[in-house]
Amino acid sequence: MKPNFQNINLKTSNLEIGYQDKRGIKSIAKNINIEAHTSELIAVIGVNGIGKSTLLRSISGIQQPISGTIEIEGQNLREMNDLQRASQISLVLTNQPISKNLSVFELIALGRQPYTNWLGKLSKIDIEKIENAIALTSIQPLKDRKCYELSDGQLQRVLIARAIAQDTPIIILDEPTTHLDMYHKAYVVKLLQKLAKQTGKTIIFASHEVNLAIQICDKIILMHPEETQINTPNHLISTGAFQDLFPKDLIHFDEISGAFRIKNKE
Amino acid sequence: MQQTGKYASILVILGLVLLALTLLNISLGSVHIPFKDIFSSLFNAEVSKETYSYIILDYRLPKAFTAIIAGSGLAISGLLMQTMFRNPLAGPYVLGLSSGASLGVAIVIMGATLIGGPFVALALSKWTLVIASSLGSLIVLFAVVLASVRLRDTMAILIVGLMFASLTGAVVSILSYFSPAAQLQQYIFWSFGSLGDLSWTEVGILGIFWFLGISLAVFSIKNLNSLLLGEEYARSLGVNIGRNRMLIILATSLLAGSITAFCGPIAFIGLAVPHLIRQVLPVNNHLILLPAVILGGAILMLICDIVSQLPGMEFTLPINAITSIIGAPVVIWLLIRKQKFLF
Repeated sequence: MKPNFQNINLKTSNLEIGYQDKRGIKSIAKNINIEAHTSELIAVIGVNGIGKSTLLRSISGIQQPISGTIEIEGQNLREMNDLQRASQISLVLTNQPISKNLSVFELIALGRQPYTNWLGKLSKIDIEKIENAIALTSIQPLKDRKCYELSDGQLQRVLIARAIAQDTPIIILDEPTTHLDMYHKAYVVKLLQKLAKQTGKTIIFASHEVNLAIQICDKIILMHPEETQINTPNHLISTGAFQDLFPKDLIHFDEISGAFRIKNKE
Repeated sequence: MQQTGKYASILVILGLVLLALTLLNISLGSVHIPFKDIFSSLFNAEVSKETYSYIILDYRLPKAFTAIIAGSGLAISGLLMQTMFRNPLAGPYVLGLSSGASLGVAIVIMGATLIGGPFVALALSKWTLVIASSLGSLIVLFAVVLASVRLRDTMAILIVGLMFASLTGAVVSILSYFSPAAQLQQYIFWSFGSLGDLSWTEVGILGIFWFLGISLAVFSIKNLNSLLLGEEYARSLGVNIGRNRMLIILATSLLAGSITAFCGPIAFIGLAVPHLIRQVLPVNNHLILLPAVILGGAILMLICDIVSQLPGMEFTLPINAITSIIGAPVVIWLLIRKQKFLF
């Protein structure tokens, strides 16, 4: 790995994630040690049900981890109150019951809620941050549209703009590329890459787009049943980490092209 | 910021409409009173007939105030429930408030005859009904809140409320089955709802509850706006979902509970007014939506009250029927005209 001069935005130590209820603890993954720096774009990759969403929910403070610590800019996540957390981590989620009657500007403006007064009045700084988020995601033409007028791809960009307006060092996205066509999948991931570089934010997203992630992301968090590792795509390829990501009967990982391919009949 | 100005002027217009309707409301009734005398009674000046000022000040004015309080209070409860559950079908009674009130009143009216004796006379007093209705609402509400503390999922509270409604409805049916006709009729009259017959003291009590409920709603404006993105997003914006849920349930109970206690279960206003306002004013920010819904609810209720006692008619129609007869076609018409359901 190349030496890092950047700051650590997010750090987990011996993190164990899962669910806790009356019947006991259901551990999903453990020994998770992640370090994420400023300006990094990081993908979380793994098969369905491996715990990608649980990991993201734990990091974002929605769900309590079973054990271990999560630190954000050196501060323990557990010790933050709701508002402090809201100024550290912003989310982009799919399938939320968003009021489609909101205009694009109104929706992005809601990202400023942690900073506005008790009635939610926008200050000059708030409006500046909103305009900035709109410019960064190139959605100026959509600004006054209603959300029900947008395509899935456009709505995704608006939701990303909302997260940027929230002005947090970390943005977490849960499968931001689902429902999108191939072009828009690439568009969204390229946009995230650009945003990480331009704003210095750490952007972490769960995705099934392994081929895209390998090409664009700085690092990949690879979730296996036995272990969760984080490294650069090249390093993961060279250690053969992708080889046993999926069952081997249908697809295989081609190390030369760095992509998964369908197996031809042998 | 040009839009804010537009919304402000619409609010002013709604305010003026409300004022005009209030005047119209108190000028109509079974006794014809000249406009001059209405103003004279309002401003304590010389009135041509003593009874005029009595009718205006002690009957029509408290009724108009009750209509304004009930209409706006129920409409706000509906708005709170629709936003909290992110469900367009939610209304002030989804928490089981009206079914609890009905049960309380049914037990008093119809149960008293089963016991007989002095209870029958007691059951006829209005305050008994108010207390029975409040107690009934409180008990059902308490059960729903207890369930909601244990439930993580807000949607589940909606189902719990509906189940309680169904349960209490069944008990009321059984009570009705065994009741004599006179008691059954009295219960049915209560369930029609009524805005009249409130003394100034009672209007005052209702007003205090209204003020408390509306204050809580105003206090929740910012959180309500966050909830437009759904609970997960609201939480990520720093909203304490559990505490906010309790606050909204409390506001709704204060408003809908007190109104039901004094006026009976008035349907439809709470469900329809938020939708009417959203169709007329394409806005989502609760900072504007809240005052608009307060005005809209009061306006619709006054109109319904005017229609229910149309001049030239000997009797007053049940307010509960009028709200739906007027409200439903308006909502349908607006939906068809706009071709778009905005929520």
